Amino acid sequence: MKPAMLALVICALLLVVSELSANNAFTGFSLNGMQFHFGSDLYAELRKAPEKAATRPNPLENDADAVAAGKLLFEDHCAECHGDDARGGRKGPNLRVSEVQNAKPGTLFWVLTNGVVRKKMPAWSKLPEPQRWQLVRFLKSAEAAQRAAAEPGNKR
Amino acid sequence: MTRCRLALLMAIVLFTPVLSKPLAAQENPYFVAYDHNLEEPGNLEIEYFSTFGTQHSGNNFHSYWTELEYGVNAWWTTEFYLDAQTTFHDRTAYSGFKWENRFRVLKHEHWINPVLYVEYADLNGTDKTLKEAVGHDVQSDFQVSNAESRREHKRELELKLILSSNTKGWNFSENIIAEKNLSNAPWEFGYALGASRPLSLKGSAKRCSFCRQNFIVGAEMYGGLGDRYSFGLRDTSHYLAPVAGWNLPSGWTLRLSPGFGLNDNSHGFLLRWGISREINGFDRIVRRLFGAKS
Repeated sequence: MKPAMLALVICALLLVVSELSANNAFTGFSLNGMQFHFGSDLYAELRKAPEKAATRPNPLENDADAVAAGKLLFEDHCAECHGDDARGGRKGPNLRVSEVQNAKPGTLFWVLTNGVVRKKMPAWSKLPEPQRWQLVRFLKSAEAAQRAAAEPGNKR
Repeated sequence: MTRCRLALLMAIVLFTPVLSKPLAAQENPYFVAYDHNLEEPGNLEIEYFSTFGTQHSGNNFHSYWTELEYGVNAWWTTEFYLDAQTTFHDRTAYSGFKWENRFRVLKHEHWINPVLYVEYADLNGTDKTLKEAVGHDVQSDFQVSNAESRREHKRELELKLILSSNTKGWNFSENIIAEKNLSNAPWEFGYALGASRPLSLKGSAKRCSFCRQNFIVGAEMYGGLGDRYSFGLRDTSHYLAPVAGWNLPSGWTLRLSPGFGLNDNSHGFLLRWGISREINGFDRIVRRLFGAKS
C-alpha cells in the first residue's frame, strides 16, 4: 500500500473514533429559550479541578474593564460553540447553568486552561493568563446580573 | 449535482474569509517552529506565506506556499500545503504538496506539552520553502536550475516532536525533527526553537486594531543536525530570525520575519511574510451545504 493511502486510512479511522468519543459528550441544547441538558461530562470536568487550582482567586476581580474585555474574548473564541449568549450551542454546553455559575473562579480558569480535549473543548492556554481571567469575569458576571434582577424591588 | 456542490465548496473556501463574521484570531508569529496550540475544532485557517532568499552565488529566489489548516478536534489538526517558487533569472516552478497532522498527546496542560507531528511530502527538487532545515541542507543546494531540479522527485516522511510551554505570557517551543526520503535515503535531523510574547497580556475592553495585545513578537532559530551516518553540526546550515505577528480584529493575521544565516552554509538573508484568515465553524458551513439541518 502506498504511504499516502496508508496515512489516509489511518486518518479516517482516527476521525471515526474521535467523532464517536466526542459525540458521547453531547450535553444538550437550548431551543426558544428552553434549555435541555442531559447530564454532562463537560460539567463533570469542573469537579476534577485540583483544590489548589480551584481556590486561586481571580486577580482581576476588581478590574473595571475585565467583564467588557471578557465579553469580546468570548465572542471571538467561545461563542461559536457555546452560543452568542453563552446559553449553549450546537457543540458546546450552556454556561449559564448553576454548575458553571456556582463554580469557583479558579475552577473555571482551570477548565479554560486545560480544555476537555477528548470532548472537543480546546485548551485555551494560548490566551495569556490575564485574558483567561477576563473570560472568567465575563462568565461569572451573568450570575451577578441574575441575582440583582431577582432581588425584591429591583425592576428589570 | 455533486460537482456543483464541490464547486460551491471551493467558492466558500475562497470567499468565506472575506464574507464571514470577523473574529480576532490568536495566532503565534512563527514561520518554522510549531507550538502545542492546535486549531480549534471545526475551524479552517487559510494561510499564504512567502520567503525571499538570497544566494551567495547563484540566483535569489521567492518561494511561496498556501496552507489549509483544519481542526478535526481538540487533539488533532490536519494541514494541506501547496508549494511553488520563482527563481530570479530562471523560471517559476510548482514544487508539490505536503500533508501534515499534529496530535496532542496529553489530556491536560503541563509545564512542557508534547505534540506529535507526522508529515508526508510529495515534492520535486525545486522546493525552496525552507519550512525547516534538516540534515546537510546548505544554500549551495539551491544553485541548480529549476529545469534540472524538477527532474528530482522526492517522497518524504517527516516526524517532529513538538515540545512547548506557555508561561507568564511567553510561549517557548522546541521542535526535534527527523525526516526521511522514502527512496532509500538515511534519516536526517534538525531542530527549531521559538519564543514569543504578546506586547500586552490583558485584553482590551474595546475592539481596536492597534491595541498592544494584537501584536506578538519573538524570535526563532532553526537548523540541521546532520543525518544518521554523520550526526552533528558539520556541514549544516542555521538561521536566527526575529518574528512579529499582528492579529487584526477583522480576523486577519499578518506575519513578518527577517532571518539571518548564521554560517557560510546558510542563505545570507531570508525575508518571510504571511497572511492568514481563520474561518470559525467551517464544519457547520459544509454540513449545511450538504444538507444537514444544523
